[in-house]
Amino acid sequence: MTSVTATPIVKPSGISVPGARRLLLWTGIIAVLAWVLLPIYFVALGAFGGRLGVFRWPKSIWPSDLSAASMLQFLNIEGVFGALMNSFIAAGFTVLFSVLLGAPAGYALARYSFKGQTAFRLLVLLTRAFPLAILALPLTVSFIRLGLYDTAFGVSLIHTVLALPFAVLVTQSLFMGIPREYEEAAWVFGCTRFQAFLRVVMPLALPGLAATAIFAFVISWNEVFAASILTVRERTLTAYLLKVLSESPLHYRFAGGFILIIPSVLFIFAVRRYLFAVWGIASK
Amino acid sequence: MADIVIDRVSKHFGDFHALQEVSLNVGDGEFVALLGPSGCGKTTLLRIIAGLETQSSGRIVIGGRDVSALSPRERGLAMVFQNYAVFPHMTVFENVAFGLRMKKVPDAEVKRQVERAAALLHIEPYLDRYPAKLSGGQRQRVAVARALAVQPAVLLMDEPLSNLDALLRLEMRTELKAVLREAGTTTIYVTHDQTEAMGLADRIAVMYGGKIDQIDTPLSVYAAPTTRFVGGFIGNPPMNFIKVKAESGTVRIGPVSFVAPAGGLDLDLGLRGEDAHLSGDGSGLPFDVRVVEPMGSHLLLTGSIEGQAARIVAPPTATVRAGERVGLTVDPSRLTWIDTSTGRALARPQDSTR
Repeated sequence: MTSVTATPIVKPSGISVPGARRLLLWTGIIAVLAWVLLPIYFVALGAFGGRLGVFRWPKSIWPSDLSAASMLQFLNIEGVFGALMNSFIAAGFTVLFSVLLGAPAGYALARYSFKGQTAFRLLVLLTRAFPLAILALPLTVSFIRLGLYDTAFGVSLIHTVLALPFAVLVTQSLFMGIPREYEEAAWVFGCTRFQAFLRVVMPLALPGLAATAIFAFVISWNEVFAASILTVRERTLTAYLLKVLSESPLHYRFAGGFILIIPSVLFIFAVRRYLFAVWGIASK
Repeated sequence: MADIVIDRVSKHFGDFHALQEVSLNVGDGEFVALLGPSGCGKTTLLRIIAGLETQSSGRIVIGGRDVSALSPRERGLAMVFQNYAVFPHMTVFENVAFGLRMKKVPDAEVKRQVERAAALLHIEPYLDRYPAKLSGGQRQRVAVARALAVQPAVLLMDEPLSNLDALLRLEMRTELKAVLREAGTTTIYVTHDQTEAMGLADRIAVMYGGKIDQIDTPLSVYAAPTTRFVGGFIGNPPMNFIKVKAESGTVRIGPVSFVAPAGGLDLDLGLRGEDAHLSGDGSGLPFDVRVVEPMGSHLLLTGSIEGQAARIVAPPTATVRAGERVGLTVDPSRLTWIDTSTGRALARPQDSTR
């Protein structure tokens, strides 16, 4: 190990750290990695270790009889694949709506001063304070009337409501961090307001927008309550598993848990590049 | 190439009047500096010309075309911002090319123009780099190159040098003057730094409290200020003002008397520190020296004339000590007379000392 460039978590490359501190640094890194990765690893072990592996004690660190059998069986349970698709649809729409609605709102809050600005900011947050349980019945009734009941799209609307406050507030501070002069320069040099936004503000805001998208995705993916009350057959995976798994054998639960974890991890991995400072402007 | 007509432009923010019926004509190819203290409205005026701010009333005409209601991109101008506003996510090349790209200029032409602008500002070696890798001075060059690359009819500059350190500022100032002279672009340049304005501009518009106090060549603004403010703002040390009273057409200060200008009895006599000369024999205006500061090129004498504070510039070889009283001779034709009640200058009387 000549430098710390091996891990992307550590900030600048090429810093030479003296012996004792290097040891400390690596201990820290390993501890953090273990904290995050070990549970995922054990869930994976349970999911792929087969029926017997789950009950073996003491647990072995290494997978003994690795097989995708229980995973395949799990995926073949009726409704799992459909629920997985529903989850993706709901999360996808949630990401789309929260960014498309949240970013303009955040931009407006950051760039313009208007009457009721503070009130609006507070109101946006208050939607989170409102207990969803109280809304359950009226929501169900109106969703049935609108034909949105028992659709992933309908669920995504509620998830958007949950994700939107964060989207608005995160993008607001994001746009505040991008100097107005960049936009003004773009206008002077021939851009319309919209072109200036696309060519100058968007690229600079991308890291923050990616963070917003991740947040919306994770909120939707993990949300159970609204997904449970607004659907019967077209459940999202989380809602579906909650119902099914309580009656399932342990290795199925692990398989289900693993499938719940994976998309979030993959999604974060896919957009991780934008989460770090790319152009020297730190994402907030 | 275009001239600019600013016709009675006003701007208020609520009750605050940032600009009050400002009018200004800038000739084709002329370099005009808007000079004034912070809050005088100079930046607001520039932003209104650029279309980044909307005037409350009045018109802006560029090259015979009324642009008052047009968006910035339709006005055919370029601008250099105080904090450069060089896009951090584009290479220097793409930054300089930005305006041309927006005009859909063909690639070969873009390349040619960018290289021309880059050569003018000596940034060819950095064309492939990102702005984060450049120093402040280099970024400023990129910002100027970006503005010149579009060959604008009008160039607006908002304190472009104020974020640079003193040495670099001096260097950039000289270079800017050479580059802009070559380009022959009509330029409006906002600054609070009088040496920048004096050094660069064909004409200086001195602004104060949302109005233009005086617009004239650097030398005239310096030698013949039209208001007390202009005299006090321009020059280092600033113009001395000595309160005097005119009695039957004469003003007396100690043993010296001057012909008083017509109109006004309470007057401020404006005297530039370097327009007063040590008389040698103690005759002339009595000046009590309090502090002597050798500045190398000259001696800066601080003291009082008739009990009123004044600063005088003396040759470096002069032998003056603090606490001494010396005599000053002044050329009446270089004096400025201000009517105390209005703060405006009065015409100089025709004949000299009595």
